[in-house]
Amino acid sequence: MGEKLLMTGNEACGEAAIRAGCRFFFAYPITPQNELLEYMARRLPEVNGVFLQSESELAAISMVYGASAAGKRVMTASSACGIALMQEGISYLAASQLPCVIVDVTRAGPGLGRIAPSQSDYRQATRGGGDGDYNVIVLGPASVQEMADLTFLAFDLADKYRNPVMILADGMLGQMMEPVILPDPLNLDKLPMKPWALTGAKNRRRNLILAAPYTDEELIALNEELNRKYRAIKAREQLWENIYMEDAEIVVVAFGTSSRIATEAVENARREGIKVGMIRPVSLWPFPEKAFKGMDTSVKVYLVVEMNNGQMIEDVLLSVPDKSIVYHVGKGGGWRPTPRLIYEEIIKLWRRRLTI
Amino acid sequence: MKGKPLKAVKVSFDPERCKGCGYCSFVCPKHVIGFSENFNSRGFHYAFLNDPEKCIGCGFCALMCPDIAIRIEVINKD
Amino acid sequence: MKRFTRPRSMTDEMVPYCPGCGHGIAIRLIGEAIDELGIQGETIGIAPVGCAVRSWRLYRIDMMQAPHGRGPAVATGLKRALPEKIIFSYQGDGDSAAIGLAELIHAALRCEKITVFMVNNAIYGATGGQMAPTTLIGQYSTSYPEGRDPGLVGYPVKMAELIANVSRNSYSARVAVNNAKNVLSAKKAIVKAFRTQLNKLGFSFVEILSPCPTGWKMTPVESLNWIEKEMIPEYPLGEYSTPKNL
Repeated sequence: MGEKLLMTGNEACGEAAIRAGCRFFFAYPITPQNELLEYMARRLPEVNGVFLQSESELAAISMVYGASAAGKRVMTASSACGIALMQEGISYLAASQLPCVIVDVTRAGPGLGRIAPSQSDYRQATRGGGDGDYNVIVLGPASVQEMADLTFLAFDLADKYRNPVMILADGMLGQMMEPVILPDPLNLDKLPMKPWALTGAKNRRRNLILAAPYTDEELIALNEELNRKYRAIKAREQLWENIYMEDAEIVVVAFGTSSRIATEAVENARREGIKVGMIRPVSLWPFPEKAFKGMDTSVKVYLVVEMNNGQMIEDVLLSVPDKSIVYHVGKGGGWRPTPRLIYEEIIKLWRRRLTI
Repeated sequence: MKGKPLKAVKVSFDPERCKGCGYCSFVCPKHVIGFSENFNSRGFHYAFLNDPEKCIGCGFCALMCPDIAIRIEVINKD
Repeated sequence: MKRFTRPRSMTDEMVPYCPGCGHGIAIRLIGEAIDELGIQGETIGIAPVGCAVRSWRLYRIDMMQAPHGRGPAVATGLKRALPEKIIFSYQGDGDSAAIGLAELIHAALRCEKITVFMVNNAIYGATGGQMAPTTLIGQYSTSYPEGRDPGLVGYPVKMAELIANVSRNSYSARVAVNNAKNVLSAKKAIVKAFRTQLNKLGFSFVEILSPCPTGWKMTPVESLNWIEKEMIPEYPLGEYSTPKNL
C-alpha cells in the first residue's frame, strides 16, 4: 500500500482505474463528471493508454463495447441523463457478456436537471436500466477512499463475471477532497486471460461476440445463462457495512453521500442513549438482502434516508422481515439532508417505537 | 472467334444454394443458363447450365450470384 | 488450375438473404478482398442492426454485433485497442445514414483508420420496406406509399460525397453490384478501402448500390435494371476521394 494522498473523488476513481489496468477511457463531457474525464485525458497518455473524447454518450459506450470486445480493461463515465443515453450500449454489453466499468457521477434529474448531487439514479442503475432482462453490478462508494477501492474492485468483478459494473457516485463524492491510500498498480501481464476476445482469427477458430443470437431458442438459452450468472452474483457479492447494529432497535438504511450524513445523526442519537444502528449498502445491485435476513426480530422500525423521492426503499421493503415498518426521508431534485433533520426523525421514531 | 470457349472451364451450380433469382441467366452473354422445372428443398427453381458446349467461361454468372452457388474451375490446357 | 469459388474467409453457411438481395454479392466481394490481401487472421468485422447483422454468419473471421448505427463507434473502440488489426463495419443505409449518421461522420472526421461498407438499397429492408434517407424522390415505401415527397421528407442523401467532404485523406467511393462490370469495379474499390486502412492512411468508405427486390416489390432482374436506370443517375458511381500515397 502506498502513501496517503489528498485527492478528489473523481481523481481517485481515475487513478484507481489506471492501477487496475484500465488503459482505455471513452467519454463525453458532463458536469459533475468532468474532472474524471480530464484526469484520464492527462494520465492515460503517460501510461501508453488511450483517452478519446467521443461525440456523444451513445458513441462513448459503443467505443467501450469495441475495446471490451478486444479484451481490454475499459471505462467510461457520465452523469444521470448521459447514463440514460448509454443504456443502449449497456444492454448490449450485458447481452454480449462483456466486462467494463461505468461511473455515474449522478446529477439531479429528471431530464436535464441540475448539477447538484443526487441519488436519483438508483433505479436507473440497479434495475438494469435498458431493454431486456439484465443487471449490472452497482457499487455505491461513500468516501474518496471508496471511490478508489470500489473502482479497483469493479474491474475484477467485471472480468470475473463478464458483466458491466457501475460505480454510483454523485457530485459531492466526485468533487470533494479527502485523504486516500491508493491500491498498488496491477501488472498488466497478470490480468485475467480472455480467450473469448476478438484479436483476429489467426490459427484458431473465429470468436464471435453476439448480443442477439440467431434463433428464439438461443435467445431464451442466453437469458437462462444470464439469470444463472445473476443468481451467483447475488449469492456471492453482497457488500454492506453495519454501524452500531449490536443492540439497535431502530435501523437507518442509507448509501453513498446520504449515509455519511446519516452516520453523524446516528452517532449524535447514540450519545443520547438511543438504540439506533445503521446498515449501509455498499453493493446496490446485488442489494445486500443478507444484512436484513439475519436481523434480530426485535428490530421493527427502519428509516431509509435517500437523496431522492424513494427508490432504494423498494429494495429495503423487499428485504426486511415481515411486520417491519419502513419509513422514508428524502427528496429528489438535488435536495440534501442535514444531520439535524435525520436526528430529529430518529428521535420521533424512538419516542413512538413502543406504539408502532 | 465467335462461339468458341475463351478457356477450358468447368462451371458447376449448387442447386441447394440457388434461390432462383435469375441474375446468372440475365448476365450470361451466351444465354446458356436455364431454370429447373423441379424445386430444390427450399422451394426454388434452381439454375443449371442447359448448353455447356456454348459456355465461354466468362464467369459473369458467378460474379453476380448473391448466393455463392456457382463454382468455376478454369483448366489451363497448355 | 484457377478457380472461382467461395472465398476462404467465408463459412459454408447458406447466404441468409432474400432471392436477388445484393447483400450476398457485397459480402462475397469483401470476403474475396480479405482473401486477396491475406488478412483473414488480422481482420475483425462488425455487423450492426438491419439486414447487415446477418453477415456475421458468413465470415470465418472474428466478428461482433453493434447497436443500431453505432458500428463506426464500436470499430473505433476496437481499432484504438488493436491498432494493428483491420477493422470493418458492414452496414445498411438506414444504419449509417439515419440512426448512425453521427457515429459515421465523427469516425470520418477523426480520420479513424477503419473501413465502413454501406449497402445502399434505398429502403429499409429488414423492417419491411419503409423509407430510408437514401430513398429516391417518388419511390414507393410502406411509410410513404405515395412516394417520397421532398416537400415532406427532403431529398436523398449522398453519402460517398459527404464522407469525401468531411474526412481528410480518406478513401470514399460509390460502386454498384447490378452487372458484372460494376461488380468487378466494386471489388477493386473494396480492396482499395482495405489498403487505405492497411497503410494507415485514413478513413475508408465504400457505398454499394445494391438491389432489394423484396423491399422494392420487383423481380430480381427488374431491380438490376432499376439500379441502372433510376439509382445510378441519382447516385453517380466513382471515387470521391483517394488518399495520397495509396
